[in-house]
Amino acid sequence: MNVFGFLGQMFAIALALLLAPLLTGWVNQCRAWLQNRSAPPLLQPYYMLHKLFLKDVVLAHGASPLFRFAPFVVFGCMVLACAIIPTLSTDLPLAPAADTIALVGVFGLARIFIALAAMDVGTSFGTLGGRREMLIGFLAEPALLMVIFTTAMISQSTSVATIVETLAHRDFIIYPSLAFAGIAFTFVSFAENARVPVDNPATHLELTMIHEAMILEYSGRHLALIEWAASLKLYAYSCLGLALFFPWGIAEGDSFLGLLLAIPVLAIKLAIGGALLAGIETINAKVRIFRAPEFLGTAFLFAVLGLLVRLLLEGRV
Amino acid sequence: MPALLPIDALLIAACAWLVLGIAGLVAPRNLRFISKTLFPLGALVGMMVGLVALGFLGESPEVAVLAIGLPDLPFHLRLDNLAAVFALLLGFASVGISIFAAGYFRKGEGTAPGLMCLQYHIFLASMLMVLLADDAYAFMVAWECMALSSFFLVTTDHRHAEIRRAGYLYLLIAHIGAIAILLSFGVMSSGSGDYSFAGMRAQSLSPFWGSAAFLLALLGFGAKAGLLPVHVWLPEAHPAAPSPVSAMMSGVMLKTAIYGLLRVSFDLLAEPLWWWGVVAMSIGLATAVFGVLYSTVQSDMKRLLAYSSIENIGLLAVGIGLTLIFHAYRMESLAALAMTAVLYHCLAHAGFKSLLFLCTGSVLHATRERSLGKLGGLIHRMPWVAWLALAGVIASAGLPPLSGFVSEWLLLQSFLFSPGLPHPWLNMVVPVAAAVVALVAALAGFAMVKFYGIIFLGQMREENLKDAHDAGPWERVGLVWLAGLTLALGVLPSTVIGFIDAATRQLLGTGLADKVREHGWWMLAPISPERASYEPLIFLATIAAAVLLGRQLVRRLYHGRLRRSAAWDCGYVFQSARAQDTAEGFSQPIRRIFEPMFRMERHFPTIRDEKPYYSVKVEDHFWHWLYLPVARLAERGSRLITRLQGGRIAIYLLYSFLTLIVLLLVARP
Repeated sequence: MNVFGFLGQMFAIALALLLAPLLTGWVNQCRAWLQNRSAPPLLQPYYMLHKLFLKDVVLAHGASPLFRFAPFVVFGCMVLACAIIPTLSTDLPLAPAADTIALVGVFGLARIFIALAAMDVGTSFGTLGGRREMLIGFLAEPALLMVIFTTAMISQSTSVATIVETLAHRDFIIYPSLAFAGIAFTFVSFAENARVPVDNPATHLELTMIHEAMILEYSGRHLALIEWAASLKLYAYSCLGLALFFPWGIAEGDSFLGLLLAIPVLAIKLAIGGALLAGIETINAKVRIFRAPEFLGTAFLFAVLGLLVRLLLEGRV
Repeated sequence: MPALLPIDALLIAACAWLVLGIAGLVAPRNLRFISKTLFPLGALVGMMVGLVALGFLGESPEVAVLAIGLPDLPFHLRLDNLAAVFALLLGFASVGISIFAAGYFRKGEGTAPGLMCLQYHIFLASMLMVLLADDAYAFMVAWECMALSSFFLVTTDHRHAEIRRAGYLYLLIAHIGAIAILLSFGVMSSGSGDYSFAGMRAQSLSPFWGSAAFLLALLGFGAKAGLLPVHVWLPEAHPAAPSPVSAMMSGVMLKTAIYGLLRVSFDLLAEPLWWWGVVAMSIGLATAVFGVLYSTVQSDMKRLLAYSSIENIGLLAVGIGLTLIFHAYRMESLAALAMTAVLYHCLAHAGFKSLLFLCTGSVLHATRERSLGKLGGLIHRMPWVAWLALAGVIASAGLPPLSGFVSEWLLLQSFLFSPGLPHPWLNMVVPVAAAVVALVAALAGFAMVKFYGIIFLGQMREENLKDAHDAGPWERVGLVWLAGLTLALGVLPSTVIGFIDAATRQLLGTGLADKVREHGWWMLAPISPERASYEPLIFLATIAAAVLLGRQLVRRLYHGRLRRSAAWDCGYVFQSARAQDTAEGFSQPIRRIFEPMFRMERHFPTIRDEKPYYSVKVEDHFWHWLYLPVARLAERGSRLITRLQGGRIAIYLLYSFLTLIVLLLVARP
């Protein structure tokens, strides 16, 4: 591990921590514009985090140590996820620690902890949220793994860095399978990030919420960490999608110039992606919880189709 | 004086277990002597078995002949690397379970402690002998000892009719399996009269007879392991047995069946056919999906774990199937990857499933309750058990950085290579099977959140749970040992693969260890780091660093103030433990989405009910489609035969006379 790689890694993590709330703010702003509301300031998520960190934690009587421990674990998992997904450069010293399958495992670990924490206080909404989150989880995870399998078969590797290098820096080939995988990935990331067709991040109507129901009992710094982790997750998914399907612009190796160039490219890609996300959220309505299996079943079908297209039509390209 | 060979050391260990068992009969009612002296000594012997096997791995096979049993039919014994891996599993798992058992057994629970001690140690010794046996005769004797001793252990609490029924079912299916195994050995000896394994290896069977032997072995060992459709005994017998016995059966005994299947398919049968792998994989996938779906809808904590064991056995069968396919096409390095996944998962499952079963034992003792609907909030009263169970739950859900994830990762990696198969459609169907494996892994997470969340978290659902006490010191040591194994298997995969690789090399001629060793002990890269890598320690360290740094920074920059108050719950004042999800409520989405998979009897309350109640009963389709028709057929058949039984001696004499006449007519000198 050289010094440059280490610094690049630290920079990638710091950038993720700083940019993630900005991305959330940008999506909220776009959504407000599209829905003809006056938009909150772009930096609103930072004010929120600051306010929450200043507040006291109000802990329920029945809360166990697991409840206080879980936000930190969820936050740690998301930091790791952001650390191994190439955003600016593929030269990440931490990248060999986890490949794409382990990345799915990181998200799974975070999910289990937040679902358990939701069940910890023992309120009706908490358990309801935990149960629904695990439902979405077991529907989304296989689809995500199949998307990853498709990309892994194209690049003959499950390492994120190798996948990006293969797709971005070799001769340009159109892979029809990637189109299917991309659609499936979009579906999955909507579900995983509690966005509109499956869940509504702005809701506080008790019976419809999933993610918000799980974190009802949290307050103060714990809530701040969970909110931060949620925006890190959105950032990680966006960057993973960009890395798998639009990898151009990510620097390879340790060239300082490439790194400098990658920053505006990433910013533009995220801005467009965020605007699209807001657009899709605006033109869709939240579906009933028992329509969610249909939504994610479609995603799974697309992912398997992508895999079959890869195996049937593309052969060994 | 010649040095003590490892095989002799293992035989001494088996004898030591037998002696400990018999010592239990000296004072069958002296609980203190038995639990505080004999069980810890048994754990010590287990440690010795584990260490001897660990030290042996990588050596060349050793044989021994024991002149016991029938004249001219001695026991042939052989210790090779495959047996050593499973002896390692048996030894190390039994350390934790025996120490836990030292603190577990109480006065006045079913069988006298001395008798229980005898059965338990015979069970251990016979499992060791199954691994060492080198001829069909010794194997079957040890196999039957294992089945019978575990039958008596299952029926420890024989005063309950349902436990007797569970034991009977177990015994029945164990014997159907034993017959199939015996027939399989018969086919493999192919009329040569030589029933030693060396003789069977020397036979070259035609594809037809080879397939017959494989399918019989799959049925026979599948009946012991709990593969579909001979799985029904497992969810009955595991909950019936005392928890250390459930842990031993689920963690170790099921693995002896996997051992048998590996022994037959890769060692005794020389030429595997590709479709054997397809059969094993299809049955495995069906078993895994079935097991995990049923485990999510259980309301009894031990039944939930038993179904989860069925799921894990299914995944092992999938891995064996994949190995067979690769092996049949001579893609040995890929076969080695899949085989490593199988062996790794055997070890991982032995650790985490024993741990979880023992945790249910502690909960059972503390609360006298097995039904999830009457538990809850135990993390406040039983912190030791709760936190150690969390390790088992994460491993069982197949999540990093614990043991279950490593084997799942290896299995998925080997699936990624299946498009290289030189077969027109297999190379397309097999990768899609990985989708099912992914679904199973994700559903396992659901089942585990249900298990943990409902037992340990939330509010206490019953008043008497306030008096629950944590596990005692012996129990804690046993749990810590197994949790430690789960952690070690999770974070040191390369080291572990370095050990178990000897068995892979023995069966397939090639292994992973050389490639794995190239990259340092902290990194697992079975093919190359560019292709795939996983570094659990760095993984764990990064998360831990983020957790600690996050905590310190928040405290330094802001504050660490905290106050307690009533739960918010959207401002709802009347909060009670009844408002939480029940076990049935938690699994409602699964029942709804996978409705055709279950046979349900539901009762919904109506508005006119005086005493409204809701009930749901989930039953296994196999009972109604397979077992009850077969049972009815058997009953009808036996009723026909009963007609022969007139009860009068004159008629019986007539039968004998007629038989004699027929024989005289048929038989010619």
